[in-house]
Amino acid sequence: MKTLKFQSVFDIIGPVMIGPSSSHTAGAVRIGKIVSSIFDDTPTEVEFQLYNSFAKTYRGHGTDLALVAGILGMDTDDPAIPKSLEIAHERGIKIYWTLHKDSNAPHPNTAKITVKNAHKSISVTGISIGGGNIQVTELNGFSVSLNMNTPTLIIVHQDVPGMIALVTNALSHYGINIAQMNVTREKAGEKAIMIIEVDSRNCEQAVKDIRQIPHLHNVNFFK
Amino acid sequence: MFYTINELVEQATLDFHGSVSELMIQTEIELTGRNRTEIFQLMKRNLEVMKASVELGMSDTLSRSGLTGGDAFKLNHYIQSGKALSDVTILSAARNAIAVNEYNAKMGLVCATPTAGSAGCLPAVLTTAIEKLDLSETEQLNFLFAAGAFGLVVANNASISGAEGGCQAEVGSASAMSAAALTLAAGGTPYQASQALCFVIKNMLGLICDPVAGLVEVPCVKRNAMGASYAFIAADMALAGIESKIPADEVIDAMYQVGSSLPTAFRETAEGGLAATPTGRRYQKEIFGE
Repeated sequence: MKTLKFQSVFDIIGPVMIGPSSSHTAGAVRIGKIVSSIFDDTPTEVEFQLYNSFAKTYRGHGTDLALVAGILGMDTDDPAIPKSLEIAHERGIKIYWTLHKDSNAPHPNTAKITVKNAHKSISVTGISIGGGNIQVTELNGFSVSLNMNTPTLIIVHQDVPGMIALVTNALSHYGINIAQMNVTREKAGEKAIMIIEVDSRNCEQAVKDIRQIPHLHNVNFFK
Repeated sequence: MFYTINELVEQATLDFHGSVSELMIQTEIELTGRNRTEIFQLMKRNLEVMKASVELGMSDTLSRSGLTGGDAFKLNHYIQSGKALSDVTILSAARNAIAVNEYNAKMGLVCATPTAGSAGCLPAVLTTAIEKLDLSETEQLNFLFAAGAFGLVVANNASISGAEGGCQAEVGSASAMSAAALTLAAGGTPYQASQALCFVIKNMLGLICDPVAGLVEVPCVKRNAMGASYAFIAADMALAGIESKIPADEVIDAMYQVGSSLPTAFRETAEGGLAATPTGRRYQKEIFGE
């Protein structure tokens, strides 16, 4: 069978989204939302660095509102997206913007986001590649390549022997097939990250089991 | 699964008693593993959002940039005045398309069909067809599945992205798939629907993507209005039995060739066409201060 770029009627009729731009609005919400799910806590401070096209046209496209909406956990179709800055302000979240209009970032629609609170801090770089589709290219300094259009597990763990086996055993126990897997680490023995793309959207039980594994900092599942 | 319009027409005609929507639904089940109930639920939600966007877009407020807004409202009053020169059905479709794209520019909730910038055509043609042809909910959903089937072939063999193929890929695709679905809704055959698709694409070939200030507003809003009106004329021509001398798949291939040959200035970069006019540049300065 030929590999087709578009495989679903809902790639053509859909997605449902707050306008005006699938790349500069919907894509931006999705980048923010991923950062928020990985952070998995209430932030007190968020810094956005916008590059090139994002930096130049964010006001007209509502890219700023969209990114903040994503950080607040909203989906691309949330009618509250236009009010996200006010909501963030009410919740006492400090927002900072840095614009890099003429940078040599590899993609025109790039945002680097740093989220903090008293306990932790993470950084994520996302790019919006068109039609609301995004990629995550950096996670806490790790260079990654995440497409986010297949079900994906992101696991942050301590770099100790046997972690991969424990995680993949849990998946295999529930008959979940791994499509692609990516493992990377800061330094031997430090924090490492496992990115697993799977074929099944029903991973709740497996994720519960994986959360019980020792030396594991954080598990996120993106349908 | 169908890769070409030829295969789509043949499979719908021979395997699904002429139902393009049924072919699409079966293909969706095959490719995504979703079941029929899920597929219908998703499409119903899209339909609701489309209808709401037509209604909510009919207001006289402006977009965040101030570039667009209020034109659907104006056209609505004009239609009601009874002085319209062209047919009220076509004009209503144009009005509904403007409504959706103005609403999109105001950060309203839309269904991308196939993109946000071209989100006006399909809902406009559908809502107008509902009135004209008195379509039931099932027929409305079938309209969307059929449009999606034709859109998929265009997306996979040419493009639905302005950055890749210019506006012909966005409003061109939206208008073409609307024309095909409209032909079927009015009782046409899958082959006739493919001819309606041809007529639109042939007239959209080479249409550039030149958004003023890089925003999805000028000329996108008005192009959706024109795209919606084309769909009605193309469907009528196909239903009259008119055929395209160039087969649909070759027309789509031409669209791909033309799209790939377009200079980048004409592919969503806001560096050519209307965006590069003195007035276009002035708007950009006023909005972004540079």
